[in-house]
Amino acid sequence: MHVIRDDGSLDPTRDPGLSIDEVVALYKAMVRTRIVDDRLEKIQRQGRIAFHVGSLGEEAAIIGAAGALRDRDWIVPCYREVGALLWRGYPLQQYVDHMYGNADDPLLGRQMPDHTFSRAHRYLSVSAPIGTQIPHAVGVAMAAKKRGLDECVGVFFGDGATSSNDFHAAMNFAGVYQAPVLFLCRNNGYAISLPAEQQTATRTMAEKAAAYRVPAARVDGNDVLAVWRAVRDGVQRAADGGGPTFIELMTYRLGGHSTSDDPRIYRSEEETDSWRKADPMLRLRKHIEQRGVWNDDLDGDWRAVCDGEVKECVRRAEEKPAPALVEMFTDVYEEQPWHLREQQAQCIDGPRATAEEDES
Amino acid sequence: MTQMNLVQAINSGLRGALQEDDNVLVMGEDVGRLGGVFRVTQGLQEEFGADRVLDTPLSETGILGTAIGMALHGLRPVSEIQFADFIYPGFDQLVSEAAKYRYRTAGEFHVPMVVRTPYGGGIRGGQYHSQSPEALFIHTPGLKVVCPSNPYDAKGLLLEAIRDEDPVLFLEPKRVYRAVKMDVPDTPYTVPLGEAKVVRPGEQVTCVAWGAMLYEAFTAAEEVAKQGIDVEVIDLRTLWPLDIDAIVSSVEKTGRVVIVHEAPRTCGFGSELVALITERAFLNLEAPPVRVTGWDTPFPLTHEREYLPLAHRIAPALLDTARY
Repeated sequence: MHVIRDDGSLDPTRDPGLSIDEVVALYKAMVRTRIVDDRLEKIQRQGRIAFHVGSLGEEAAIIGAAGALRDRDWIVPCYREVGALLWRGYPLQQYVDHMYGNADDPLLGRQMPDHTFSRAHRYLSVSAPIGTQIPHAVGVAMAAKKRGLDECVGVFFGDGATSSNDFHAAMNFAGVYQAPVLFLCRNNGYAISLPAEQQTATRTMAEKAAAYRVPAARVDGNDVLAVWRAVRDGVQRAADGGGPTFIELMTYRLGGHSTSDDPRIYRSEEETDSWRKADPMLRLRKHIEQRGVWNDDLDGDWRAVCDGEVKECVRRAEEKPAPALVEMFTDVYEEQPWHLREQQAQCIDGPRATAEEDES
Repeated sequence: MTQMNLVQAINSGLRGALQEDDNVLVMGEDVGRLGGVFRVTQGLQEEFGADRVLDTPLSETGILGTAIGMALHGLRPVSEIQFADFIYPGFDQLVSEAAKYRYRTAGEFHVPMVVRTPYGGGIRGGQYHSQSPEALFIHTPGLKVVCPSNPYDAKGLLLEAIRDEDPVLFLEPKRVYRAVKMDVPDTPYTVPLGEAKVVRPGEQVTCVAWGAMLYEAFTAAEEVAKQGIDVEVIDLRTLWPLDIDAIVSSVEKTGRVVIVHEAPRTCGFGSELVALITERAFLNLEAPPVRVTGWDTPFPLTHEREYLPLAHRIAPALLDTARY
């Protein structure tokens, strides 16, 4: 499904009818996410942060879906969806602090960069094993249904995750229990190096949903309004008691899998270049320019605002100390058992790996 | 008070939890209409409905993964894994997800769930209906591991586990599911986690056991008593977090210790217990700590009584240790 045509006009039969302000807000969020990504990638290359997993080229799939979910709906991330968290108002400073694993990192330096979460923003926690979050989303949805709450859950995963046993278990449970959950499959063409065509013998990812009797849609994931409409249709189905929906968001990962990846090894520059022409930002910008609400000046101003904001966050993050060493030993259990008290004391009173280690 | 066996006591505990808290639910394969393959959940679906006692599809990943989601959103799921031997498809969910959610969100989210599973040998179950995988889970930071040996403790520990805010693996010694009956209060009560119990006071050798092997340790202790050896038997009840003080104070008194478990010896929980005792009571030890355990083979069928550390193997170990 497409909504925004190549010339920037909308297909009136599929236009979800967002106000122009709403459309501009989606565009601005996509630009902001990309600028944050660019900056983080640069500072990773400079060795200032350890790692980054970006969403270059996939902003429409992520922001469009986040935009169509209601505030009370849950987002269960894979790991490439921080744009959705920022869309919900998560402070950029907090995200950048997390990327540095400093004292203000909400994770207290316990995870690699890009493992965000926020209860306040109804955004569960990122974990690296592929597919494990998908049954969690179904469980959250089952809990919401049992508790009589008008909430649904959007869970992100990639094309590779459709091979994981967790995916199949989750789809099956969602079908059986008619859980109000949206399976948001970002088919970005690659699971690190493996092309989606080699991930599965099925022609599409969406057809897998039929085996679980989960209604499915396949949309242009680089068309933010098509994504928005498909996700909102799924939200409506869930809210009406119609259970789960599977949405295949056809997109392309313009960058590497992460900063640790080199996509030149497994795909051609020509292929990537052809997808650059389908950059989700281009069509959307053409559309809002046609509507007379956006132009080069506004675009430049907004990019400068975003760039200034992220640079300032980086500057502040770099000034902050490391989390206290004692935090390594908390939150394993609700109450710290004797063996962790003992090991905490052994560690803190013991020799330091680095002389400058902050242990306040 | 009613005379109950372990199955009836756990059933009574689940019923109490379902009555007490509307957010508690029971889920697993065949737990509803059938009442579980061991009938532990018998009658619960009838009483509380199919939306609180869920007959789930046949997927341990699905059961444990969705239970985590439910626990993240206000429910307190009590899942049953039909046999501990079948827990491995859901291992990743327990080890990478349930156990780590609190830590990786700095306490913002946590997973109050209980996973019940029948474990251990002695029912002619062969290698896939007999295993004792406790060490794998004790080795996982963030999980608690409980293993009652008798009906009273089973109900009280289960209710405590359900009220606990951390994920708890609740191992049920299926060999003694129906072997013992005792008075159990009909109303809910709790037995605290992390407290071992001296079930037979003694002066000369400490014998640490849990689950079905507690009875074997007890039998062996009675046997060697006839030869003048006075054994103190400790039922761990909660395997992790461990009641280290109970063990150390006993070994400080006796200077001798025999540890009994069904699981294979190498890297079994007994290895950790020996290390902890040696670190803490080295100068009190009069004999090397001894482990009487399952062998380092897959669990056998025909010779399961030779595999299990039954009284016939524990008694000589107690004598040797006492006379060392």
